[in-house]
Amino acid sequence: MADKILNKIYVKVWRQNNATAKGRFETYTVENVSQGTSFLEMMDILNDELILGGKDPIAFDHDCREGICGMCSLYINGHAHGPDTQVTTCQLHMRKFHEGQTITVEPWRVGAFPVIKDVMVDRTAFEKIQQAGGFVSVNTGGVPDGNTLPISQDDAEEAMDAAACIGCGACAATCKNSSAMLFLAAKVSQFAKLPQGQVEAKRRAKAMYAKMDELGFGGCTNTGACELACPKSISIAHIARLNREYLKAKLAD
Amino acid sequence: MSILNSKIPEGPIAEKWSNHKAGIKVVSPANKRKLEVIVVGTGLAGASAAASLSELGYNVKAFCYQDSPRRAHSIAAQGGINAAKNYQNDNDSVYRLFYDTVKGGDYRSREANVHRLAEVSPNIIDQCVAQGVPFAREYGGLLSNRSFGGVLVSRTFYARGQTGQQLLLGAYSALNRQIAEGGVKMYTRHEMVDLVTIDGKARGIIARDMVTGEVKRFGAHAVVIASGGYGNVFFLSTNAMGCNASASWVCYKKGAFFANPCFVQIHPTCIPVHGSQQSKLTLMSESLRNDGRVWTPKKMEDAEKLRKGLIGPNDLKDEDRDFYLERRYPSYGNLVPRDVASRAAKERCDAGYGVNSEGKAVYLDFKYAIERLGKGTIEKRYGNLFQMYEKITDADPYKEPMQIYPAIHYTMGGTWVDYNLMTTIPGLYAIGEANFSDHGANRLGASALMQGLADGYFVLPYTIGDYLAGEIMIPKIDTNLPEFIEAEKGVLNKLDQLFNIKGKTPVDHFHKKLGQIMWDNVGMARNAEGLTKAIKEIQELRVEFYKDLLVPGELKNVNPELEKAGRVADFIELGELLARDALNRNESCGGHFREESSTEEGEAKRDDANFAYVAAWEFKGVDAEPALHKEDLVFETIHLTQRSYK
Repeated sequence: MADKILNKIYVKVWRQNNATAKGRFETYTVENVSQGTSFLEMMDILNDELILGGKDPIAFDHDCREGICGMCSLYINGHAHGPDTQVTTCQLHMRKFHEGQTITVEPWRVGAFPVIKDVMVDRTAFEKIQQAGGFVSVNTGGVPDGNTLPISQDDAEEAMDAAACIGCGACAATCKNSSAMLFLAAKVSQFAKLPQGQVEAKRRAKAMYAKMDELGFGGCTNTGACELACPKSISIAHIARLNREYLKAKLAD
Repeated sequence: MSILNSKIPEGPIAEKWSNHKAGIKVVSPANKRKLEVIVVGTGLAGASAAASLSELGYNVKAFCYQDSPRRAHSIAAQGGINAAKNYQNDNDSVYRLFYDTVKGGDYRSREANVHRLAEVSPNIIDQCVAQGVPFAREYGGLLSNRSFGGVLVSRTFYARGQTGQQLLLGAYSALNRQIAEGGVKMYTRHEMVDLVTIDGKARGIIARDMVTGEVKRFGAHAVVIASGGYGNVFFLSTNAMGCNASASWVCYKKGAFFANPCFVQIHPTCIPVHGSQQSKLTLMSESLRNDGRVWTPKKMEDAEKLRKGLIGPNDLKDEDRDFYLERRYPSYGNLVPRDVASRAAKERCDAGYGVNSEGKAVYLDFKYAIERLGKGTIEKRYGNLFQMYEKITDADPYKEPMQIYPAIHYTMGGTWVDYNLMTTIPGLYAIGEANFSDHGANRLGASALMQGLADGYFVLPYTIGDYLAGEIMIPKIDTNLPEFIEAEKGVLNKLDQLFNIKGKTPVDHFHKKLGQIMWDNVGMARNAEGLTKAIKEIQELRVEFYKDLLVPGELKNVNPELEKAGRVADFIELGELLARDALNRNESCGGHFREESSTEEGEAKRDDANFAYVAAWEFKGVDAEPALHKEDLVFETIHLTQRSYK
């Protein structure tokens, strides 16, 4: 089916030259965009026009453009990854927008994710949470045969549900408290469902939790907004499991 | 006599790796602490290598251009990873995986390397399970397998349609543990822009900090390139937007030979190109061919109606559908290797049976599998892929067949390495997709993940010791040596040059033009005339690029346009080499199809008498012709035959 052409849309986008500069919104007009175009391709078109017009193009993060690397990160019309469900910004298509619409594009607004430039943010805080305990401490080599450890299909599936997290940060960007609980829960819950994760379960839950607090992410008040914004539909049930893991660890202290 | 020494160990094929390991040197723990290794790229190969080397005690500096190592493009691999476990009791073995890979690669890979790959493949699965990778399981709790193109056994392990993601997160977790312990210093948003050699040995790199724009020097006793392939030379590919060949290319220009650049894999099942504003192509996993049947209409009039949207695919009865892969290749059917499936799709579309408005698509139909297995089973196997397809195309693959078309996906060629994975520059290694050695002229599905992790976990950590054992007396590399200062100056000059052209054309325009030249002349079917034309056009494009490029923004700030300009400058040069290699190789093998070398039925015709060699190219200057060095491929174990999947 042939996609319709949007003759004119308005893109109101956050411009900020670097981490310390003052930011502001600028509005640009984009013409002749096919609705079959992806949102980031629309941004490419806009950037091309900005460059040809002697202006600085908009810096935004993106890479795989197939919804799996977690690099893209735009807050579009008040929604992380835009108005579609279960997609990242790169999979969002212009079918979700209409003729003459003004589209507001902001960076993730999270204290722990400072703006680098325009709508590009620094998510190093997520790296630090993972480094605090998001692993099973095994070296390369000397491990048992993969089939010596049977894992029920249900447990493997649930672990996979959690492991599907792409680390984009939409959860924290959507949360009114800027909490990273869903991100943290995804990793802790994955390992909680697997025998490999049991050995270090207590240490992991405490260390990752403490790191998250230290980095300035807010607390969880169970609004469930993160789950709705998550492009991979990670359930807040994993937060419940994280809390159990954390409590178990603390009680054992 | 070739100047290339592949260092293939003596002895029977099954004993080469064991013998070699027994013979190579080992560095003591006390000395490992004094040695530094740089790893460029953090995909499966880079992350697994960086983590494993750090676990051994080396000091590692790892680099990636993304904001996290977890985002490297290995993450996008969908279908699975092969391993010779024989868990299915279907007569799989190390030998069979070795044989399938050599045959699948159309006898253009190095036997000894491939056998080693097959030997270590079971260890990879064990390692990943130990890390907590949630592989698919059977009801009894044991690991599940699926089958893949080009083989007759089920040896592919998977985690839904996100196997690459889960394996990378496993390697990433191992890397994170080393970062936390201080063994790895991680540099994100850093791009390698030059290699530093001292007295002929790799001693460090120059990298640009992509946030501040600062150009920095990093020293090490060895440098490992794990920066992936060069598929983006075609502009449109299934690679991520940032995937680039610049790390490999600067090594080439410093003396590392580049091998078989013309071996490029075109994946048969991608979502077709849409309009002219498309930025990348999306792959639909090869695993879909397990349950999907590929077809085009039998009658031309039906194809015309489909293209005009007058009828839909479900309006055609079974007898009006041409299941052309099953027709042409009855024994492998829909599971023929990628190169065969891609050419067959092109043949149907060129003959006028394409089904989308551009006439460049065929159907991949799940109707039959849904009837056989139920929607639930199909959803469980491919749910995320179906969802991705629907989001992109606005069509529901549970209700009507997917439209697919071939696209550039993977590059078998790459930096030449010996059996130790060392390039022609001492101390410089290349692993994963960045090297050339294991897949010959065509890679089998689910083998890229296997090779990346084999190199990083189980090959490089052994072989690099053999070199580093000779470096233990070398103190920490001083980055104030003239070689570093010189290299840094060269980089600054190049950046200045690109930035100060101040022409009228943004870099993407050049990249798209290059991609078009490549796809039209150096794509799925190649001939001498087209290739000669392509070389000339690419040279003209290079002149144009340096005259008319427009890079906006600032040098010392975030500047994606400047990054792209550097990458495209390298792609233009690489594209020319690719076309030259394709012109030189006047035979058809694997993904490389020369129209001059085909059978009457249009199948590829290999020429073992003249081309059973690796073409390794040596840089002689941007405007000079590169020198060709040949590494003869000797097949001691496998008898060469024309590949047949009929």
